[in-house]
Amino acid sequence: MKLVELHSVRHCYGKLEALHDLNLSLNEGEVLGLFGHNGAGKTTTMKLILGLLRPTSGQVCVSGASPEHVGVRQQLGYLPENVSFYPQLTGLETLRYFARLKSAPSAQVEALLRQVGLTEACQRKVKTYSKGMRQRLGLAQALLGKPRLLLLDEPTVGLDPIATRELYAIIQQLREGGTAVILCSHVLAGVEAFIDRAAIMAAGRLQADGTLSELRSQVGLPSLIRVNGLLQARRWQAQLSGEGFNARLVGEDNLEVATHNGAKQQVLKILLEQGDAEDIEVRQANMEEIYSHFMTQPSAHRSAP
Amino acid sequence: MKPILFIALKELQDGLRNRWLLAISLLFVMLAAGIAWFGAAAAGQVGFSSIASTIASLASLATFIIPLIALLLAYDAIVGEDEGGTLLLLLTYPLGKRQLLLGKFVGQGLILALATLIGFGGAALAISLLVPDIDKLQLFVAFGRFIASAILLGWVFIAMAYVLSSRAREKSSAAGMALGIWFLFVLVFDLALLALLVLSKGQLNPDWLPWLLLLNPADIFRQLNLNGLDAAAQLNGVMSLGQDLAGASSTLWAALLGWMVLCLVLAQRSFMRRPI
Repeated sequence: MKLVELHSVRHCYGKLEALHDLNLSLNEGEVLGLFGHNGAGKTTTMKLILGLLRPTSGQVCVSGASPEHVGVRQQLGYLPENVSFYPQLTGLETLRYFARLKSAPSAQVEALLRQVGLTEACQRKVKTYSKGMRQRLGLAQALLGKPRLLLLDEPTVGLDPIATRELYAIIQQLREGGTAVILCSHVLAGVEAFIDRAAIMAAGRLQADGTLSELRSQVGLPSLIRVNGLLQARRWQAQLSGEGFNARLVGEDNLEVATHNGAKQQVLKILLEQGDAEDIEVRQANMEEIYSHFMTQPSAHRSAP
Repeated sequence: MKPILFIALKELQDGLRNRWLLAISLLFVMLAAGIAWFGAAAAGQVGFSSIASTIASLASLATFIIPLIALLLAYDAIVGEDEGGTLLLLLTYPLGKRQLLLGKFVGQGLILALATLIGFGGAALAISLLVPDIDKLQLFVAFGRFIASAILLGWVFIAMAYVLSSRAREKSSAAGMALGIWFLFVLVFDLALLALLVLSKGQLNPDWLPWLLLLNPADIFRQLNLNGLDAAAQLNGVMSLGQDLAGASSTLWAALLGWMVLCLVLAQRSFMRRPI
């Protein structure tokens, strides 16, 4: 059974159609990146999964039931994009309050504060917290009560690089424990390693949905093979160009070959066996490139109805 | 049930933390004591005059101040959480909107009730100890009725504040609406009623006129306290209308309670419809 299932979901705010015929599903232990510009429908999708909104038409199921069901909410963790909490309460008091409301064991509170690195600041009032500290408190709150589904809205905003890496490490840990994660963001750099699947939205429609390699082959962006310190680079360039590859000489003895889909392995094989290179570097299209590809050609890759 | 308790507990702690409870209690003690001892100063005498006149003055003053305090305490209950982003979060928790509203009501209602009890109860205690040969039974009955009805009046206005807090998009507009409500029920209503009487030149059926007072919880409260006093207490303004209100006390209590329930139901409806 799928943990989350959205079936031809449409949602309107008055006359404005925010979501148009959305189909999306998520397995246990899967990490989905949900990407899109502002107003693409990411937050609406999240709110539907959280049971905050009811779809105008279509079906939303979370672990087989409506997300408005109290039992389902018990298993959800949510980090909103902007939350300032209660300024007069300390971090510890805030987390205790939310733990009680979620019937999470009180021992978890201190463990979570330690996990997000707020142990030292937990006796201070939340109004003295920086944006990043609030974000971490929000994350701790989302992890209360061992959720089976975690929804994180722009989780890395305000976090320094180390805290971001820690966040991804936490997500990795949860994934191994079977928790599914939806990561909603428009910051894409470096996110590839931490997601299983990406869904790209624009103007209330799903433009793409699949694993990174599926998306790469779908968009047909080339992988770049860069060969450094290659003897007779000029001869190699001529040979590869003759075989129909797009090869370019960079400086005297560096070669850059752009390969599509299946051709990558072939070129690598030739170069490794016959060439005498100092270093070979392969760079695949990253999430940012895939994303901007889908954004610039929105109609070409519309997901199947 | 549990979430209601936890939310109420947090509201109560907030009330202690930001010293609302302390401030309101002190205010009430000073008001009650001041009126008891100096209420008759205008008539040229200082010192405790009588239970009836003390209660009458206190009731007039409480009519103004208790709705104001209740509205101030509760106007941001919903819209404030929304602005802080915590409303969105709380609604993803395993609790219903009704539980959230009820939890807040229990917590803030308790703050107001405690402050009223401590403030006016303390004053009653002081009077019973300091004034020689006072009829203690009469004193405590009168103050008991006054405190209970003041608490109920406060609850009505807390519930009213929830209605507008559920409707307002911003905290500042909720504050403005709260002031408007206060003006309407505390000042405008009585003036409008008097104007109606004058303009109708006695053509209105005098039998149902007193019932108009039931449309204003503040007037119900005042009536409830003045009813309990001896005829010696001078009634003036629209209050003289209520003298022959049928059923008297029990009708008034029921009407005040009805106001509270009505406002809570309205608040819940508005909250359910509030877009997130």
